[in-house]
This record gives sequence, C-alpha cells and structure tokens, in this order.
Amino acid sequence: MQHDIQITPKIVEEHGLTAEEYSLIVETLGREPNITELGVFSVMWSEHCSYKSSRVHLKNFPTDGSQVLMGPGENAGIVDIGDGLGVVFKMESHNHPSFIEPYQGAATGVGGIMRDIFTMGARPIANLNSLRFGAIDAPRMSYLVKGVVAGIGGYGNTMGIPTVGGEVCFNKCFNGNILVNAMTVGLIDAMKIYSGKASGDGNPVIYVGSKTGRGGIHGATMASDEFDETSDEKRPTVQVGDPFTEKLLLEACLELMSSDAVIGIQDMGAAGLTCATFEMAQRGQSGMQVDLNKVPLREEGMSPYEIMLSESQERMLMVVTKGREEEVKRIFEKWDLNCAVIGYVTYDGMVRITKDDKVVVELPVSPVVKNAPIYERPLEEPKWLKKLQEGLNINDIQVPDDLNDVLIKLISSPNLACKAWVWQQYDHMVMTNTAVLPGSDAAVIRIKPYISSNIAETTKRDKGFNKGIAVTTDCNSRYCYLDPRMGAQLAVAEAARNLACVGAKPLAITDCLNFGNPEKPEIMWQFVSAIEGMSEACRQFETPVISGNVSFYNETKGNAIYPSPVVGMVGLLDDVDKTCTAWWKDEGDVTILLGRNEVELGGSEYLELIHGKTEGFPPSLNFQREKAVQKVCRIGITSGFIKSAHDVSEGGLAIALMESSLLRPNGLIGANIELEDNIRADALLFGETPSRIIISVDKEHVDTMLKIAKEEGALATKIGFVGGRLFNINNYISIELSDLHSRWSKALKNILEK
Amino acid sequence: MKFGIIVFPGSNCDDDCRYVMTELMQQDSFFLWHKTEDLNGADCLILPGGFSYGDYLRCGAMAANSPIMKTVKSFADNGGIVIGICNGFQILQEASLLPGTLIRNKNLKFICKNIHIRVESNNTPFTNTCRGSEVLKMPIAHMDGNFFVDKKQLQKLEESGQVLLKYCNEDGEPNEEFCPNGAVGNVAGVTNLEGNVCGLMPHPERCSEKILGNQDGLKIFGSIVSYLNTKNR
Repeated sequence: MQHDIQITPKIVEEHGLTAEEYSLIVETLGREPNITELGVFSVMWSEHCSYKSSRVHLKNFPTDGSQVLMGPGENAGIVDIGDGLGVVFKMESHNHPSFIEPYQGAATGVGGIMRDIFTMGARPIANLNSLRFGAIDAPRMSYLVKGVVAGIGGYGNTMGIPTVGGEVCFNKCFNGNILVNAMTVGLIDAMKIYSGKASGDGNPVIYVGSKTGRGGIHGATMASDEFDETSDEKRPTVQVGDPFTEKLLLEACLELMSSDAVIGIQDMGAAGLTCATFEMAQRGQSGMQVDLNKVPLREEGMSPYEIMLSESQERMLMVVTKGREEEVKRIFEKWDLNCAVIGYVTYDGMVRITKDDKVVVELPVSPVVKNAPIYERPLEEPKWLKKLQEGLNINDIQVPDDLNDVLIKLISSPNLACKAWVWQQYDHMVMTNTAVLPGSDAAVIRIKPYISSNIAETTKRDKGFNKGIAVTTDCNSRYCYLDPRMGAQLAVAEAARNLACVGAKPLAITDCLNFGNPEKPEIMWQFVSAIEGMSEACRQFETPVISGNVSFYNETKGNAIYPSPVVGMVGLLDDVDKTCTAWWKDEGDVTILLGRNEVELGGSEYLELIHGKTEGFPPSLNFQREKAVQKVCRIGITSGFIKSAHDVSEGGLAIALMESSLLRPNGLIGANIELEDNIRADALLFGETPSRIIISVDKEHVDTMLKIAKEEGALATKIGFVGGRLFNINNYISIELSDLHSRWSKALKNILEK
Repeated sequence: MKFGIIVFPGSNCDDDCRYVMTELMQQDSFFLWHKTEDLNGADCLILPGGFSYGDYLRCGAMAANSPIMKTVKSFADNGGIVIGICNGFQILQEASLLPGTLIRNKNLKFICKNIHIRVESNNTPFTNTCRGSEVLKMPIAHMDGNFFVDKKQLQKLEESGQVLLKYCNEDGEPNEEFCPNGAVGNVAGVTNLEGNVCGLMPHPERCSEKILGNQDGLKIFGSIVSYLNTKNR
C-alpha cells in the first residue's frame, strides 16, 4: 500500500467506515488523514474495537461488588479469592476466523485470550471454550468441528494450560456462522496487577515476542462484517498461531513482571500495534513516539500501513522504567525472543509514528480511542416472534408410545451425546490442579499454595490454605431465540446451578455476546433484551459482569444466528476437598430431586429432535426457587452429605438421571426411579424446567437433607435408589446400561468419523 | 535426595514435577536450564513433559541437542538415574539414551485420558515399590506416543527386561484393544539395557495426590527415592 495514496470514497468504504464517519474524522483532525491514518481509524472505530453499537447498553450491566478487584475496561476482570490472590478471567469470540480457517482461527482465539490474561501479570490456570456448530451433517461441518477442536487443543496443550470445560452445541442456525468463544482463567497476586498503560515521560516503549508479518491485516474489520459468497477470499486475514513462542512469551513476561521494571504492558492482538499504542497512551493520559524501522519484521518491504495493522500473533508492547532496558533484554534473550526498544512515552497526547525519518502517523490519542461514534441503534421486537412463541399447543403433540426409543434417540444425538471425543483432545490435567475433570457440571481447579515455583513468586499461603475455584460456560441459544430476555436469565441461572453442583459459590461472570447484524432493529432488540435479562439475573445471583466481549455480524447471506449470550462463571470453594461430581457413587444410595417438575416443553431438545418443532416459550425462571435449590445443594456438599449432584438441563430429568449413571468412570451403576408427579410423561421425562438438581445421598442422610431443604424453602423429593445394571424410570423407561453407555459414548465419534 | 528437573523451552510439566518432588515427596528439587551443563549435584534427573521447541520438528529432536544433554549422557553413562516423562521420553530417545521411537498416535489425534498400565518388572529403580504385574492407573496426554520398534527389536527388549510398562485393561490384560495409541507390544515405558534410564508416556506426576483422585504415580517416584536411599546408604 503506497503511503501517498489518494483517499477516495471507495477506499473509505473498503475500510468499513461510513461516509459520515469519514467526515467526522476529517472534522476531528481538521485535515484529511493519510492512508495509514485511515487504517488506524478503520480498526479503532470498528465495531470489534470501539463497541460503537453496544456501548450504550453494556453500561447497564452490574459490575460492582466487594469481590471485584478489577471490572470491565482492562484486558480482563479480576475477582478477589482472599489470601492475597485474585482470579482473572475473560471470554472472547473468534467466530469469523474459525469459520474461514477452523484450526488456525480457533488456535489463535485461544492464544489471544491467554495473552489478555497474562498481560495483567497472571498465570493462566484453565481454559474453557463454548462452541456452537451447525447441523452436524451440514456441508463442511464435520471439517469445522474437527479443525476447531484440534486447533484449540493444539494451542492450549502446547502452552501447558489445561482446557477443563465448556460446551459444544449443534444447531442449523449456525450452519453459515459457527461460534468459537474461548475463555481463560488466571491466578494473580492481588498486589501485583498490571495495566495496559503508558506513562512516565521518556520511558522506553519495548516490543517483545514474534516478528511482525503481513498476516491478519484487517482481522478486526473482518470481524465487523457479515459473511457472503466472497468470505473464502478473506482467508488471508486469518492469523497463524505459534503456541511455542507464546509459551516462551508467557514465561518471559512473568519472569520480568516479578521485578518492578514494567510500568504497563498490553497484548498486540486485534488491530495489533495500532490498538496497543493508542490504548496504552489513552490509559496513561500520555502520548507515544514510535519508530517503525525498529520493529522486528518478518518480511522486507512492509509499508507503515501493513506494520501498523498487522495482527501477527504472540507479540506484546510494554513500557518500562527508563534505565531498566538491559534487564528486559536479558530476560527475553534467555527465552530466545525478540525484544526491541521501538519508541518512548511522550506527554503531548499524540501518537507519532515515523518510518525512514518521516512521520507517517500523527494523531491525537483521545479522539481515536474515545470519539468513535456511539450508535443508539433502533430496536424492534421481531414480528415473527409472537407467532413462534404462541404457536405451540402441546395438546396437539402426542406423547410417544415408546419412551425408551425416545431416550435412545436423544442420547445418541450430537447435542446430548457424551462429549469425550472433544475433551480427550484437550490436555485437561496438566498443572495437576483439575480436581473435577470435564464431564461434570463444572470443572474444579485446586489452587496451589503458590502461583508458580518457576518464577520468583514462591510465597506460601497459610498452612490451612486449601481453596479451589469452579468454572463453567453456559447458554442455550434456542431459549434465547424464543425469548432473549428469559434465555439470558436462564444462562446465568444454569451457570450458577452448575457451580452449586460442585459446591462452589458464584463470584462473577464474563460474557461473550454473539449476535447478528446490529444495524437491523430486530437483532438490536434481541441484544438489548438479552442484556436486560442477563443484568437482572446477575443482580439476583450477585455475580457482577467483570469482563466480556461483543461479537456482532454473525450472519451469512442475511441469515442471523440465534442470539447467543454466552456466560462464563467462576465460583469459589473454600475447601477444595469438599467438592462433588455428577455420577452415582454407591449401590443403595438414595436419589433426591431438588426442585419441582412442571409441564414446560417449549424450546426443549426433545421438541426439536423428536417433533421437529422449535417454538413455544422457553421454561420460566423463578429466582427465589432457583436460589433456594442452589443453596441447599451447596450446604449439602460442603457438609459432606451429598455424594453426587447433577443439574437438570437440556434433555430434561431423564437425561440428567441417565448421565449420573453413565458418567461414572469406574463401572456403571443403574438406578430405579419412581416419579409420582401427575403430569404427561414426555414433559416429566424430557421437559427442561430449570431450578432442579438431582442429588444422591447415603440412606442415613436422607432425613437430614430433606430437613435442610425444608429450612431453606426448597422442595426436595425422594425419587428412588442407585443400583443394578438397569436404568428404570416408572414404567416408562427400562434400559440395560451397557447398551445405553455404548450408544451415548460413541455417538459423536461415529457421526464425525464415519 | 536431590532431583534436577530439566527445563527446555516449551517444557510444561516442569512445575508439576517440581511440586510432586518438593511438596509431596519432601525431596530437594530444583530446575536445570537447558543451556547449562552443570547438574548441580543432582542424584536423579527428570526430563518433564511438554512441547519442547513446540514439537515443530520431530518431537524431542531439538531438545536432544541442548547443551545440557551432553552432561545428561555422561551422567547416565555413569549409572545416574534418569527418567523422561512423555516429551522427556521422546527427548531421551532422540538422544539415543533409550530404544525405539515414538510416532504419531494411531488415531492421529491428541489423547488425554486415564489408562491402565501393567508393571512388567518391579526389579528396577523406577518400580521397586510396585507388586509384580501390578496394574496402575495413570493419565496420558500426547499426540506422539505410539512406541515403535521392529518385531525383532521388540523381542530383544522383552527378553532383556527393558519393557517396563504395558498398556492394559483394569484387570491387567495387555490386549491391543486397550492400547490407546497403537504402540507395538502395548509398550508404555522402557528402560535402557543397564536399567538406569527410563522413559514412559503416562504422567505419574498427574496422579500423585488424593485431590486428583489417584495416587498411583507416587509408586514411581517413591521407587526412585527408595532406590537412591538404599544405594547411598
């Protein structure tokens, strides 16, 4: 790209900017920008970086709480877990790149979110990911599934950070636009939190990590556009990951950050050097002077435009105290990484970039970062929605004669089948902290008494220190499609319930809000409704939103995905030994249902898979009931009465009960369940009423558990016994377990590898 | 006893091994940077798992040429105890300290799960606290753990007692069906001819603690400590 190129309306449009936005740029600067400066504006004002369509609504999230050490605005949020430790976490989307090039798209998504965590000074301790694919038999879909899963594994495994949980869903609404949301959780010394700021006049600006190449130019702009027939041409905008370099970068950064040389540090992710220079200057209320001739380059002849917009991975920008440059260089040389002083901090509020002694960018910081237009886009409830919600009359739906057959169909379907095919490709045990492995309701990570013995931090906690955290991601896109407000509430409620099932108390959430084109009023309505629902639920569960990401334009040829506000929740266990898994433990144990069964089939997996209907209202949520059930479960686990706990979600009560039999790693045990509710059999077995948890307890603790439930105002009902080789529910279901297990555990592999 | 844990660029089980040796085994343990040639008086060397040099070339090939590996070789030649876990096993093979080669898993995928292994010989520094033919449960986590030698070599290894561990079912039957990665003869771990260098694909450091639901790994580390204590007495 020539530097002296003339800006035309066509070029402006190619940069994803509207004519009005361009006028605003000219007005702000009092002149026309050059092509490199236009590139800067194009990424900084893209939806991806500026949140211009979402910002006014995101303000409504609850973000405060005594547990919050850092709310939204930095690279990630942080919650306090006591003993001088904080837990850092954030979730981010990599939807568009993963659809174009699944392996690299997913891999660099994982790499990017991990950098967001360790740039704050934290050691990443767990990865999760929430994946939404199209119908499993849709064109390219098995290729996408295999590529995404391999890419996530390829990056996380090499880094040595366990991938411990998440979700994998399939729905045809994602045929043309899959969702790949990656979340990383890190552990940090609460007294040593780093910010992405540039301050101290004359302090050196140092570039570390991989060299800059031509990869990924305009990734952020691509992520702010819909897909069409030409999407495949965008393959060059997908970055290529190098997890080995990132592992070195992680160790080198943490080693350096254990000293006090670093003033501010930021990942060069989306929008690369541009975003890092401007955002760091903005946070430090400063400016920056950078010489592009000093940037380590992968290729010769790169223009300022290309260097500024490259999204080459595994790079960081930092500001250190003047005079400590050699210390930094020594550490990065030890780890065989590039390290170059490329500029210094100034105090005139300008970012000035030079190349070959010529100024190529000279822009005021604040307008570039802060003055992106904010849109309060029009919203309107979709006209089709009411009809869809009210179109379901369950009296028209026949209860199937053979309910065994229905159960088998459900558990062999991609959404309800065992996901071991996926998580066995992820190293979920490295770091030796995974106390509850993938497969249960939430993963549990033990917190060792020190962050890492491999860096200077070896401070031991008190002798009794035995904490753990629990992590989960949740969202049911179908519920959100049928009622975005309720769907978002249900997502938060289920996340909290999953944490309750391992005995953890929820602390906070991160979110990844995946929606269609915000310029369409009905998409904007979905978005705003979901935010309202999520905010309400977060207030109820006292789980503030401490970080997050918005991904719009998830559309192909005008067809939007189902709205998918994915929730990533983190909870605390004061004593990690007092946790719980989802499977039955011993023959003769008593099964108890916490919560009540209702006739709610709208939006259920059963209705879609067996009757081909996606309609009705999703199940409704009663916060009081939900909180009581969760509390009883937590009390029961921490006091040692509960031997297994599993929440009732997709597929309903029958699937949840069956999973408690099938998840057991050391030999299957059946169950004899007798339900006395007088409601239609399919709703009883497969309805997805929330606020229900199945627990199992030793015979002698049944009365105690029932008493605790009563005290807390939760309904608890004895529903049967654990034991035998059969899985029985009333006279509806009776199946031999090994057959069931074989279908459930092999379904995904059989479909994907046929 | 003093345990030196070698850190290559890309090692990622170094910290886990250090934790087990220091916190659980109560031994003196320290990291040894791959660029050093000084073993700091270690009685035993651990080559931990991970992705040294990203496994971008053949697994372990780059690390096998690190400066420290010369010292590791002479340490081993003098009867020093060396154990390589996962990527460490691959490095020891590339350094010609152990027989065979580890090729890509049969299903061409990374596999992380608990498996069972049978102790083929309990008369070694690495297994002396195990019962004969004891079945251990241990996690594996690798992309390239498919042990390969030709038939003749395999027979030789079996005869010389160098096959230390075999994949099996929970009852100890080493059928092909229970081999997670396609390894010939279900081989999960081997030693050199002298018996002082060992490599294994499963991760004993990941199952050495109650909170992780399995402590079988302690039998391997406990064996080493017990062997060294006896030897140095």
